[in-house]
This record gives sequence, C-alpha cells and structure tokens, in this order.
Amino acid sequence: MADITAGKEAEDRVAVASNWKLVWWRFRRHHLAMASGVLLIFMYLIVLAPDFFSTQNPERTDARQAFIPVQMVHFFDDGSLSPWVPAIVGKRNPTTLRMEWTTDANKKVPVRFFARGYTWSFFGLFHSDLHLIGPVDPNQRIFLLGSDRLGRDQWSRIMHGTQTSMTVGLVSVALSVILGVVLGGISGYVGGKTDQVIQRLIELLQSVPTIPIWLALSAALPRDWTPTQVFFAITVILSLVGWTTLGREVRGRFLALREEDFVLAARLAGCSRMRIILRHMVPTFTSHIIATSSLAIPVAIINETSLSFLGLGIRPPAISWGVLLQEAQNIQTLALAPWLLIPGLIVIVAVLAFNLVGDGLRDAADPYSH
Amino acid sequence: MTRYILQRLLLLPLLMVIYSFVIFVIIQAPPGDFLTAYVATLASSGSSISAEQIAALRHSYGLDQPFIVQYLLWVQHLFHGDFGLSLEYQRPNAELIGEQLGLTVALALFSFVLTWALAVPAGIYSATHPRSLGDHILTVINYVGVATPNFMLALILMWVAFAYFDISVTGLFSPDYVNAPWSVGRVLDLLGHIWLPALVLGIAGTARLSRIMRANLLDELNKPYVVTARAKGMKEWALVLRYPVRLAFNPLVSTIGWYLPMLFSGSLIVATVMNLPNIGPLLLRALINQDMYLAGGILLIYSFLTIVGTLLSDVALALIDPRIRVER
Repeated sequence: MADITAGKEAEDRVAVASNWKLVWWRFRRHHLAMASGVLLIFMYLIVLAPDFFSTQNPERTDARQAFIPVQMVHFFDDGSLSPWVPAIVGKRNPTTLRMEWTTDANKKVPVRFFARGYTWSFFGLFHSDLHLIGPVDPNQRIFLLGSDRLGRDQWSRIMHGTQTSMTVGLVSVALSVILGVVLGGISGYVGGKTDQVIQRLIELLQSVPTIPIWLALSAALPRDWTPTQVFFAITVILSLVGWTTLGREVRGRFLALREEDFVLAARLAGCSRMRIILRHMVPTFTSHIIATSSLAIPVAIINETSLSFLGLGIRPPAISWGVLLQEAQNIQTLALAPWLLIPGLIVIVAVLAFNLVGDGLRDAADPYSH
Repeated sequence: MTRYILQRLLLLPLLMVIYSFVIFVIIQAPPGDFLTAYVATLASSGSSISAEQIAALRHSYGLDQPFIVQYLLWVQHLFHGDFGLSLEYQRPNAELIGEQLGLTVALALFSFVLTWALAVPAGIYSATHPRSLGDHILTVINYVGVATPNFMLALILMWVAFAYFDISVTGLFSPDYVNAPWSVGRVLDLLGHIWLPALVLGIAGTARLSRIMRANLLDELNKPYVVTARAKGMKEWALVLRYPVRLAFNPLVSTIGWYLPMLFSGSLIVATVMNLPNIGPLLLRALINQDMYLAGGILLIYSFLTIVGTLLSDVALALIDPRIRVER
C-alpha cells in the first residue's frame, strides 16, 4: 500500500515537473556525464583565476632551469599530513655538456596549501598573493609538471593555457549559437526567398575546406595586432563555420513549429514576430540548443589547439594549450622531456569531458530516445 | 539519374567561381604584395633592384591594376593552367603543387578505405554483442579517438617510436626511394609507410563511423523481419550480414559527403607533423612566407577536392538509395 502511494506521489511529481526539471532528472542518471560536468566546473574555476592555481609567474624564465622533470606532490611524510615534493639534482653530462636533472626523493622540499607567492590581480578588482599550492619557502621554485626549454613552469603555464583555450571554445560556440539561432530562425520562420538565400549560404560554408581556409584567414591577420585582438579574431574565424549545423537544426524546428496551434494563438493575440520567435518558439527547443552547443565546444577547442600548434592561431606571448604544445614539436626534445606532452593530455581530458556531458544532455533533452 | 548528376556537375563551376573570388580576397588581405615580399627576398640575399625595375615588374604582373582587374587576370592565367611563379622556390606553382597532389589524394583515399575497413566490422561487432566486454572496450577507444587531436596522436606515435624503438615514422618513403622514379618497389615502399599516417588521419572518423554503424544496426536488429528470419532457422551471421547490415549502410554512405572533405583538409595537420610530401605543409609555408599565388593555388585545389568529395557522396547515395533519385 505504501509503495502504491509512493509511486503515485512520484508520478504526480513528474506530471507537474517543468521541462528543465525533467531534463535534470534524466541527466543525473548518467554518472559519467555527471562526473565530467563536475570536472568541467572545476576547469572553469581555473579559467576565472588561473593565477590562484599557479605556483609561479608563467612568464618567468631561467635558462639554467630548463627541462626540469615532473616533481610529483607527495601528501604524507612519515605518516603525517605534510605535503612535499622531491628536490631536483642537476648534473652536467660530460659528453653533451647539457644539464641533466633528476628528482631525489631523499631530499624533500616542503610545500603547503594556500601558500604565499607572487602577487596577482583578479580582473583588476583586487590583488592577492595567495596560491592554492606552493613551496613553504617563497624563494624556492617548484615544478609540479616540469619546465620547458626556457625554464618556465609548465604547471603554471597549463593553468593560464586553460583560461585561453576554454574561453575560446565557449566564446566561439556562443557566437555560433547566436548566428545559428538568428539566421536559422529567420530562415525557418520567414521562408521564401530569404530561406533560399540562407540555405545556399549554409551549403556554401559547409563545403569549405575548413582547416586550409582557417589557416589562410589567420595568416591574413595583421602582424601588429595585440594578443587580445588575435584571440577575438581566432574566435570569430572558428565560429564562422560552426554556426551552420545549428542553423540547419533551428530552421528545421521552426518549420515544424510554425504550424503549431500555440504559435497561431500567439499571432492572433497580436504578438510581434520577434516576440513569437523568442518568447514562444525558442524555449521549446532550448535544451536541444544547449546539447548541440555543448558538443560543439570540444570541436572548437580541438580546432584552436591545432591552429595554434601550427603557429597560425593564438600567438605567444599569449598562452593556450596549442601554444604549449608547440614546445613538443621536436621529437628529439620530446625524447628528452616527455612531460611536454602533458598539455595534450589535458586537451584530451577536456574534450572527452565535454563530449560525455554533451551526450548526456542530448539523451536527457530528447524524451523519445531510449 | 543522369540528369541529377548533370545538375550537380553544373554547380561545380559556379562554386569554383565563388571560391576563387573569396580566396583571392583572403590572399590579398595581408599588407604588401607579391613584389614587396620579392624585393625583401632579393635584399636579404644581397642583390638589389632599381625602382624602375620594380615598377616595370609591377606593371607586367598587373599589380598596379585595380583589385577586380587583378582578380580577372589571375583567373585568366588559371584557365591556361598557369598558377603563377612561387616566390620562395622560384619555380612555377603548378609544378610544385603537381608534385605533391597525387600523394595528397592518395593519403586521403587510403585513410578513407582504412576507416571503412575498420569502422564497419567494429560497428557490426558492437551491435551484435551489445554491452559485452568487447563493446565496452570499443566504446572507450571511440571516445578517446574522437577526443584526441590528430597532431597529438601523431606526436605520441612518433615519440614512442623514436624513444622506445629508435625508429623514425616520418615521411612516406624509405631514404632509398625518396627521390627514385616510380617503380613496383617504390609503390610497395609507399604502402609500407602510408598506413600509419592514414590511421592517424582517420582515427576520429573511424570512431564516429563505427558509432553510427552500431546505432543503425541496433535499430535494425530489433525489427520483426530479423526475428522471423531467426525463427526460420537462418544462420545468425548470414542473417545479420545479408539484411540488417545492408540497411544500416545507407546513413553511413551519407557521411562520405562530410568525411572525404574532412580527410583532405585534416591531412594538412598530419602531414605537417609527420613531415609527409603533401600540399598541406606547402600551403603552411606559403602562408607564413606570404607566397600568395602559391597559397591561392593550393587553396583552390583544396576547394576543388572538397566539392568533388561532396559530389561523389551525392552520386553514391543516389546510386544505393532509390528514394533520393525519385525525389529530385
């Protein structure tokens, strides 16, 4: 008897739940997607304040500390919680005359959480010298993920690269969504000649050889542009092709919805065209737009990384995952310092997480897919 | 059918006109022109050129003409197979592109064949053994395959081969065959080298295609006709291969439209990282050195390959699916 009433209550809950609640309930059942979502939230925290997560200024160079290997964090010392990293020992190779570094676990460099380090500013709002993790002695340098050929700390550079790359993905997809919804919406709602023109434009853009054209476009950017200008130009370039898929999808939805009774009712009630589109039609497929765009972000990230890796995307001194991977271009260097591939692993993890969340959202947004 | 193909073929020149104009705008966009870069090259090599000579050259190349005239001149030359002269190599662009075009197309097509050869069996296995260990392993490989940028995979493979096996996996030929004329030995040598870059290039596509195959086949396997055939005692593998697989193929064929173009433009990255003879690295160098007519020529070739790829998929789809033929 109790079971029946509980089942009845659950049914009632479902019956009155809003669409968003239903989507959330279905999404929650995908454990992998949920875990990926948490990971992405964490990564966007890094985007907000990469300096807090860094241990050193990402631009700080020291040629005498080039190619230092990964100093793994150990949390326990003699059974008590006191984190440390192994010290590095340098020895000059007698034949190549190159400094070769190894970690020595017998010599411990104590580190602590919420350590004091270099001063950073949070979007110019306030300044702080607090860092998530750092050496107890602020004059000591630690390299949690090793250093590159200029002795820059890879951990801190990855944190700043995360800010750039994750933002490029988000902003370019946001632009794509705006273009896709507006143009796709007009195409589907107005129809006729306008529809024809927009559809031909989409077909044209979709049969563009993407990577060569992107490269040519970014090569055409003026050399004297600031990193910020280049950043926005690259974002726009990436979104130019990205909107077409969404545009098609939105148009299809509009075509189907145009004939629905509630749209007719809104029109008879005297709603303006813009109000009908934005207030009555768009909300019915917002969850789809979100799912589609969350699958578009990883594509944008991979494209940005590839362009920057080839030297025609984000340019140094700006840091992105692709810029970091330029350091790994030389195989001889890689054999010497394999940790330079770590930014690539971060790319894979981020893209994987976006794809899993996107798949989870797509399944959750579509009640008919089982 | 013939009419349909003709219609699509007629679209090709129109698209090429649009693309050539856009490409010309893009290659003209950077400040300076062909000659300013040429004068800079001459100056760096120690020789100089007088202002009158520059003016004469500028006139002979038509660079003193308005933009639209320059464009028309370029197109006119293209019609005579003249892609202009490369500034950097001091050779006709048509020759430079021609040398690498064959291998560029070969790499993309080989990658295409490899993709299908891997994706179809993997998709069939996953669909006929859903939720088995093999299916789960393939799913994981698929997710990671889609998430790994091409150049990253190439880097990892090259690094592992170099650091642990002390071999180099770059290039498409062994040192003996790099400059040798074509022979049976050279073709065999090419086949021995091309599969690795082709695999790197095709891995993301393979993953996506096998997902599509799995999903389509799973839908088909639940249909009553399959149950009927099974009830009549048909052998399981013969049953699966003869009917549902054939039906599950259609959506796969429609992917050719975006997949072939994707391979052509994606080969640029793989070829650059793995140092392959390919028009991709040539384009990259041309763009960086502002060798604009070479860049323009290669971009046109890419556009052409892309359109042809789309065209081929439309024709293939019309061939296997009669509904599309009737619709038009």
